[in-house]
Amino acid sequence: MASLGSPLRTLRSLLRELRYVSAQAGRPYRDMAAYQHLREAFRAHRITSEKLCRAQHELHFQAATYLCLLRSVREHLALHQAYHARGERSTEEAAGLVGLKLPQQPGGKGWDP
Amino acid sequence: MWRRCQRLFYARPPQTPRLCPTPPVAGPSLSLPGAARTYTPPTERKRFYQNVSISQGEGGFEINLDHRKLKTPQAKLFTVPSEALAIAVATEWDSQQDTIKSYTMHLTTLCNTVLDNPSQRNKDQLIRAAVKFLETDTVCYRVEEPAGLVELQKNKWDPMIEWAEKRYNVEIGSSTSILGPNIPARTKDTFTSHLASYNTWALQGIEYAIAQLKSLILSMGVIDRHIPVEKAVLLSRLEEEYQIQRWGNVEWAHDYDLYELRARTAAGTLFAHLCSESSTVKHKLLQD
Repeated sequence: MASLGSPLRTLRSLLRELRYVSAQAGRPYRDMAAYQHLREAFRAHRITSEKLCRAQHELHFQAATYLCLLRSVREHLALHQAYHARGERSTEEAAGLVGLKLPQQPGGKGWDP
Repeated sequence: MWRRCQRLFYARPPQTPRLCPTPPVAGPSLSLPGAARTYTPPTERKRFYQNVSISQGEGGFEINLDHRKLKTPQAKLFTVPSEALAIAVATEWDSQQDTIKSYTMHLTTLCNTVLDNPSQRNKDQLIRAAVKFLETDTVCYRVEEPAGLVELQKNKWDPMIEWAEKRYNVEIGSSTSILGPNIPARTKDTFTSHLASYNTWALQGIEYAIAQLKSLILSMGVIDRHIPVEKAVLLSRLEEEYQIQRWGNVEWAHDYDLYELRARTAAGTLFAHLCSESSTVKHKLLQD
């Protein structure tokens, strides 16, 4: 019942995710161990007799799960960086949001901050 | 929408910052009077290695960061039994950019849990914790109103329960009462003995997935490769999706939780699959 789509699409999406990963590392993605491993695994399971297609389905499911992992981690991190990575605003910034400024008190506030 | 996608693909903060730019302060510093009460996220460790590679030792596969061997938080050597898992962990470490964000490295976290076992749980306790979720399984808990949600739960969750009942030859059922469904002891025994057939590593992954999805049935569906991870997460969050369709989506909360749940569940099931498989390749000679 698993509607995973075509294995080619999963492989291409996986390679795309690996390209994002290798962009962080700075090395070409073809050097990565994950790329080699995926290539071997997909090639090895391509030429099997059709009676044993359970192994193909297992590999495809594993690849789809790994793709889900890589993709969700990347998108979660992007959302985190966009919305939740900065700390609180300081009082000056909070006042500046509505166009107010904190008063200047050169003599100090009279109590410890 | 394109700009939003671009922002997500390149993982950059939005071009026009919504806040005034703040110089990063290392933790709440008490010397500056204004910053003492505002929260700044703690500074993370910088990425201190260039290359990540894998080597095989006596206990299994190890990860090398430059020339140093990776260790668990309790300073044990980090060894995994499966090469594919080691490659996946190495990719996680390789994908860290500038700083090390350990909350994105789910497979590493799972391996550390198995190797260190900080809560000292043996296999029986793990299985008991996993089967305990069945009594409060998400797909068995039904609401009585609103009617749209009742219908949705019936259409989406009933097939899952039927599949689980047929696959494991048990009775589960669903209920609308606050106490939850009445699970017969035979069902629990069946699941206990099924889970006992996995080794400790795979079981840790399965229990993690169950705890994330809050459902034993959905986790079994993913472990048995019946439904993909995205569908299991959708079924687990069915009520939230219903409310989102009714009231709208809030990106910084709903999408954030969705992707985090997907990442964790995918990590748990991938961990379980990689630790429980053993593959052999038989080369058949062409008959000519």
